[in-house]
Amino acid sequence: MTELTKLTIASARDALRKGEISSVELTGALNAAVDGSDKLNAYAHKTPEIAEAQARAADARIQAGDAPDLCGIPLGIKDLFCTENTPSQAASRILDGFRPPYESTVTTQLFRDGAVMLGKLNMDEFAMGSSNETSAYGAAVNPWQADDGVALTPGGSSGGSAAAVAADLCLGATGTDTGGSIRQPAAFTGITGIKPTYGRCSRFGIIAFASSLDQAGPMTRDVRDAAIMLRAMSGHDPKDSTSADIAVPDFEAMLTGDIRGKVIGIPREYHVDGMPTEIETLWTRGTEMLRDAGALIRDISLPHTKYALPAYYVIAPAEASSNLARYDGVRFGHRAKLAQGDGITEMYEKTRAEGFGAEVQRRIMVGTYVLSAGFYDAYYNRARKVRTLIKRDFDQVFAEGVDAILTPATPSSAFGLGAMKDADPVQMYLNDVFTVTVNLAGLPGISVPAGLDHKGLPLGLQLIGRPWEEGDLLNTAYALEQAAGFVSKPAKWW
Amino acid sequence: MSIDNDTARRVAKLARIRVEEEALPALASEFNTILGFIEQLQEVDVDGVEPMTGVTPMHLKRRDDVVTDGSQQEKVLANAPDAREGFFAVPKVVE
Repeated sequence: MTELTKLTIASARDALRKGEISSVELTGALNAAVDGSDKLNAYAHKTPEIAEAQARAADARIQAGDAPDLCGIPLGIKDLFCTENTPSQAASRILDGFRPPYESTVTTQLFRDGAVMLGKLNMDEFAMGSSNETSAYGAAVNPWQADDGVALTPGGSSGGSAAAVAADLCLGATGTDTGGSIRQPAAFTGITGIKPTYGRCSRFGIIAFASSLDQAGPMTRDVRDAAIMLRAMSGHDPKDSTSADIAVPDFEAMLTGDIRGKVIGIPREYHVDGMPTEIETLWTRGTEMLRDAGALIRDISLPHTKYALPAYYVIAPAEASSNLARYDGVRFGHRAKLAQGDGITEMYEKTRAEGFGAEVQRRIMVGTYVLSAGFYDAYYNRARKVRTLIKRDFDQVFAEGVDAILTPATPSSAFGLGAMKDADPVQMYLNDVFTVTVNLAGLPGISVPAGLDHKGLPLGLQLIGRPWEEGDLLNTAYALEQAAGFVSKPAKWW
Repeated sequence: MSIDNDTARRVAKLARIRVEEEALPALASEFNTILGFIEQLQEVDVDGVEPMTGVTPMHLKRRDDVVTDGSQQEKVLANAPDAREGFFAVPKVVE
């Protein structure tokens, strides 16, 4: 049998059910791997005792014959998810010491199914970033390296999740995606990540960044595992008013690999200036793979693509400035030490200056500005109108019979930690150029590893699906995965 | 459209984030870069377009107007930096 830590969720599930392995063994192997992984800084808070207790309970459940797919499966949980009595601080100083007295709906559902939590995973502060470098814990490190041995970003914001899955420090991980935070890190680390349709997973208990864009999703070794984990994470929740009351199908059962007759759109606007030839080549190869599998390839146009990033950088900071107003040093988390005579305003201002990192402060202030009197119409309302147009672009191509859209996942492979230090913030934002449209339109999108670049680093392709048709999207991704045959793993150096 | 130090100071104040005087020029310059990027939106013809309020057409669910939660004072206060006698404690607000 494959080394325990390298198992997929599906193979571990099958081995657990057959009694070939126990969850206690599996969890023990992963706890040991996590312990030896500090150089990757993927785990911000390790929870081996919780994991062991959950594993024992899972083994009992499996023996009793009552075992959902995830029963006994060790997972990592992004620090953005509130987990009861366990540190959950969105990688921010301002939530230092916060222990939620409640559990997020997504983790409640995972634990209901018997999943095991190995710990809380590193991320960009409040999920604002594309490189994990805004984390109060310091950056997570990509297990992949080029020959020069330079430390690379695992991407962001779900960088710890991506690093952990790629380095065999969990069998799967939760992520969240507001502008590409699942799909970009998945592409940078050679794993699979799906952001489902907005409303598919409850946002209850997920620390809010931009509520109209935030969605949770799984990050896994392959498409089948993504299907298994997404099913467990999805479903209607009365505690989230935007959670959809739509039945959750058995996504795994929909993985036939048969995509004959499916129409795949190739959007011309995604050929951006300065895109490396390797990315263009990969995209062309992906197109050929889908054609060879029997899909019909169609050139399409999504004319407002160019305006997605600027619209996002109005809407997301605006929502963030409102959501993050709650961090005031009164009810939870950090409060600054006050000087003699300081009043409540000084308390707010000092607490927020000390507690928030530079990028979070910047976004809060940009959001405050675009919502302020006199600019609300010019920026915020205009961005929301552009968002309507971006969604309309997608609606139109879907109405014309397109089943899924193929694009690159990122404009490059993983870059060096610190490489963007002197770049202006907008340069970093360009990482999300292919993914952010999907959040603005509320659509499901999946990143699938599809090849290596000349430095030996993974590259991903993105498939975008129709709303609520994650099953069909996963199946197309499954066909792409089979054709791409990506099996490379990073060489262990940590 | 250019942000000067006064505007940066005002925005920081509105956001309740302390920014030292010497940090204002750098902050204003970052705002200008970001707002310059956002400025592209002015090119788009948005005449007659409704601003998006929700990405999926859905009706908000209703529920009976009954109390479903409460009586958890200890839990509510458990994470407070300063809680006293069942309340959140803050610096004096009223003179």
